[in-house]
Amino acid sequence: MEFQDAQRFVLDSINEINHTFQKVPGSAMLVRYIQSSYQNDPVRSAIELILVIFFIRYLLAPSYATHSGNFVTLTEDEIDDLVDEWTPEPLVAPRTSFEEVEAEKLPVIVGPTGPKSKLSNGRTVTNLASYNFYNFVGNDHIKEKAIQTLRTYGVGPCGPPQFYGTQDVHMKTEADIASYLGTEGCIVYAQAFSTISSVIPAFCKRGDIIVADRAVNYAIRKGLQISRSTIKYFEHNDMEDLERVLQKVVKDGAKKPLTRRFIVTEGLSEAVGDCVDLPKLVELKHRYKFRLMLDETWSFGVLGRTGRGLTEAQNVDASQVEMLIGSLAGPLCAGGGFCAGSTDVVEHQRISAASYTFSAALPAMLATTASETISMLQSNPDILVQSRENIRAMRAQLDPRSDWVYCTSYPENPVMLLVLRPEVINSRRLSHDEQERILQDCVDETLANGVLITRLKGMPTGPNSNGKDEGWKFQPALKVCITTGLSKKEIEKAGITIRHAITKVMTRKANSKLGLPATS
Amino acid sequence: MPQRLPRNPFASSTPTAIPISEKPSTRRPSSSKGNRLSQLFSTSPKSKEHQAAQAAIISAAAAQQQRLLNNPSPQINASGLSLPSISLSTASVGENNMDEPATTLFQPPSVAEAKRQTRIEAQFGPLGSQGHRYVSKHTGGDLRPPIMDEPPYFYLLTTYVSYLILIIFGHVRDFFGKRFKPNHYRHLKAANGYAALNSDFDNFYVRRLKMRLDDCFARPTTGVPGRYITLMDRKSNDFNETFQFTGTFTETLNMSSYNYLGFAQSEGPCADAVEETIRKYGISAASPRGDSGTSDLALEVEDRIAKFVGKPAAMVFSMGFVTNASSFPALVGKGCLIISDELNHASIRIGARLSGAMISSFKHNDMNDLEKRLREMISQGQPRTHRPWKKILIVVEGLYSMEGTMCDLPGLLKLKKRYKFNLFVDEAHSIGALGPTGRGVCDYFGIDPSEVDVLMGTLTKSFGANGGYIAAEQHIIDKLRASNAATMYGESPTPPVLMQILAALKIISGELVPGQGEERLQRIAFNSRYLRLGLKRLGYIVYGHDDSPIIPVVLYNPGKMPAFSHEMLRRKISVVVVGYPATPLILSRARFCVSAAHNKDDMDRLLAACDEVGNILQLKFSTGVAGGLENPPEDLTSEEEEWNKTDGLQAPIKPPRWGLREVIANGVQDIKKPLR
Repeated sequence: MEFQDAQRFVLDSINEINHTFQKVPGSAMLVRYIQSSYQNDPVRSAIELILVIFFIRYLLAPSYATHSGNFVTLTEDEIDDLVDEWTPEPLVAPRTSFEEVEAEKLPVIVGPTGPKSKLSNGRTVTNLASYNFYNFVGNDHIKEKAIQTLRTYGVGPCGPPQFYGTQDVHMKTEADIASYLGTEGCIVYAQAFSTISSVIPAFCKRGDIIVADRAVNYAIRKGLQISRSTIKYFEHNDMEDLERVLQKVVKDGAKKPLTRRFIVTEGLSEAVGDCVDLPKLVELKHRYKFRLMLDETWSFGVLGRTGRGLTEAQNVDASQVEMLIGSLAGPLCAGGGFCAGSTDVVEHQRISAASYTFSAALPAMLATTASETISMLQSNPDILVQSRENIRAMRAQLDPRSDWVYCTSYPENPVMLLVLRPEVINSRRLSHDEQERILQDCVDETLANGVLITRLKGMPTGPNSNGKDEGWKFQPALKVCITTGLSKKEIEKAGITIRHAITKVMTRKANSKLGLPATS
Repeated sequence: MPQRLPRNPFASSTPTAIPISEKPSTRRPSSSKGNRLSQLFSTSPKSKEHQAAQAAIISAAAAQQQRLLNNPSPQINASGLSLPSISLSTASVGENNMDEPATTLFQPPSVAEAKRQTRIEAQFGPLGSQGHRYVSKHTGGDLRPPIMDEPPYFYLLTTYVSYLILIIFGHVRDFFGKRFKPNHYRHLKAANGYAALNSDFDNFYVRRLKMRLDDCFARPTTGVPGRYITLMDRKSNDFNETFQFTGTFTETLNMSSYNYLGFAQSEGPCADAVEETIRKYGISAASPRGDSGTSDLALEVEDRIAKFVGKPAAMVFSMGFVTNASSFPALVGKGCLIISDELNHASIRIGARLSGAMISSFKHNDMNDLEKRLREMISQGQPRTHRPWKKILIVVEGLYSMEGTMCDLPGLLKLKKRYKFNLFVDEAHSIGALGPTGRGVCDYFGIDPSEVDVLMGTLTKSFGANGGYIAAEQHIIDKLRASNAATMYGESPTPPVLMQILAALKIISGELVPGQGEERLQRIAFNSRYLRLGLKRLGYIVYGHDDSPIIPVVLYNPGKMPAFSHEMLRRKISVVVVGYPATPLILSRARFCVSAAHNKDDMDRLLAACDEVGNILQLKFSTGVAGGLENPPEDLTSEEEEWNKTDGLQAPIKPPRWGLREVIANGVQDIKKPLR
């Protein structure tokens, strides 16, 4: 009985399947095809069947190899053993002794930042380490504006710009910057440091070509790295070398499909402090059909009659620079960064620049502060003149008079970078690390005499990196930031202090011995 | 030249208070239907609850009046004061008492005071009843992934067809546009020896799909993004190519900002502290942390954050995005492996890419897939050389902002014991929003934070400030300070932002205005569960875990995204709609971000709106497998339930389509039980 039941069940199912199969549109055609292709030749049908199976398998297989050729097949036990054996390195390596010393000596300011700041050890020192060039930090008018904004908008905008994080104050700041610079549009980012790292990959993709200055700052380097474009470097601020590189790129690319080409450089260099020749740069970019990304982080609010930056100082129309990136956090004492350019350039970033799209918007009070400081610079350019006088006063104390250091910064750059003279380095055979150590001593000695300055910080190298990929090594430097919050007299006095401190450190026995050949 | 915005849309450079267009009286009718009904049958415009406590209210309000007089800048919420049975915040001086007959025992507050109170309540709503609180805490057992409900195939099919139509239309428009309006395409074409600035292919999505709903994105706002948010009305005459401001404002219920604990306020203890800080410190620290940007305030905040999250040390950054982007390169490098959840945030992906480590990913929240990946990766070692990995870093988020799911922390820690990897948890959305004391996922699951190697989070969301933090062991933070690029070159957090963080942390821990922090934490937990259950009962497909304050509802058809957003805006509710590429193509969704600033009335108002809109737009897809059933099985334990489901023994489920009134009537008690 059971057998019969089973038989009936099988027959029923077959009938059922047959019935459904016939209902499927095109099934008759399939049957006809198989019948006509059979032609009394089972081998032929078998081959066709194999072909069909192969085809299905091919369709389902991933389009690329999931394992490279040297995948080792292991049993579960072997994997367990390997898992047990594996011991990871600690998450971070211990600090180097220099890092420890640096952290220990990190100045902590108690209370407000200003031309005179109180440190955590109770001393009040002259602060020449902050980017408070025009002493906007202590300005009561700006504080009042900020408080007004606080009472209207609260602190944070609590959302990314694309999702209700765009406030009217942001749009106003954007409009203010655009009209200040004379560009079609502007986009404000929430942090200056990450602005250019996002602007570069928003436009430069794989296959594009970027020609960059060899000494560009860390943020640009990271932007270049994310973009995955082909990067060519030219010697720092060397327009002839730039032309050579551009020519080569154009020549190499002549037969290939046209790709986007960019020149990326800084207005005032962060690592050297000098200034680029913008008219020449613009001429070259036009001649070789490149687009220009100019990082004005250090020149915006600093150069030019009203602080518009390099374009104003060198009389270049800002619309000649496709992407002009600047900071609102440095000289303007607010927060955030911006990229100014044509409407197309700006609107494209609103959806494709990672740190704009995926980050909360700038706090409203920082946006209004930026608007306010911009209008102060415009209405009161005297403050820039005063700043430049202070820079000159400091420079007179350091550059020509010191036997040990000279200033690599552009004469109008309030960030003065002091590097050891080449003859000093050569005669004492100072390595990069030794220079850093000596300069850290200078910073400490200066601070002991009541003046706070700082050092140009080296580029951090990641764990396990061999340092080869960094390419360009900047020269260690002292960083002295001039402020209008101090009178010319005070600046001169601070300058003397710094000069004497450097001399003292350099003439110390331990340091002068450093370079001597190891005799003992 | 087409200009997006007028050059200077503002007459004066002074940010003045924008008049609040919605007067308090207009807020009432927009509350839920249920309330309206109860109002109809009641003799006074107030609810019964209010009537019962009438006498108490009068005396309480008088007390509050006195308090306001004594203290020129009062706290927003007075629940910290110990008054029995009623919350002071219900007895607000503002709207309720304005239409009080003249026979009351006290002088009605002045117009200015009433306005001020309205303003305060627009930022942080008064708590309706002490019963509207819930403690966000894991109930024990493994974290089960939320059940993914699916709509009828019709909607999936129409979604695909919609996209097909959109794409075909787009190409047809491009075909003609490129011939007749070449000017519109100039940035997509090589000209003059310059290659196109944007790729035509990449831009297609933007100009042909996103443009259609551009008016739902980046709506400009003004004022505080608190309980309500004021939108600047704009219109477009050229299909969203450009927008013009109409000059009017709309105050909407804010379901869009990441204001989890309601600290987006321009009044109250936080704002007062910030004002004082601006006066004392100025607006900027004017230097990176590594130079001279380290202030006593920054150190205090770092110390407090460390204590708050339960780690020995912490460091703060001025931007959450950069916190991730700059920390991965400082933690891992060549020869290391990062295994990241496939739905991790862009900042994690960028940080991982910058680090130079090998990157692998696992299926969202799937611990089995992760284990498989780990076994394969550890046993194979580095590609080609087969050397063992130097270290393996697993990166997950505490709460996923598009899904509303939490990471399976207990599961991860189980794997961590066996496979010895390092764990990095990005608590951008979970810090403050989860856990009985608001300390994030560890707190929620009752796990010791020391078991997680690195805890990262943002200060933008729950604390109403800006920036991010990293908390870990002392030696890790010490090393990160020395090797993190953002410390050396990035601007340091500004003093007002630091103070906002500090004040918010003090309130959460109960140091400032005792009781208020706890209330905030419990309100967001209540609101999240209440809204989630309500939406499920209405018949929406809701994603995410039960306690998550991020509540995505799935819309499917691309056309429903703008439609939903517009319908909600018409009902004065601002919501976020998200579609491809932030989500899979077919899973377009609307996302509600619940805040402690909302109260039950706001949730009811939203539910009423969702009920209507759901009928209009056919959004009630749910089949009931994910909860919200009419008659949930009462006495089943969760294991039995699971067993029933897998064996298909359960009776066929009736899709939940509750009426609004029942949803509101049953919501408060039902959310205290496990959500079904």
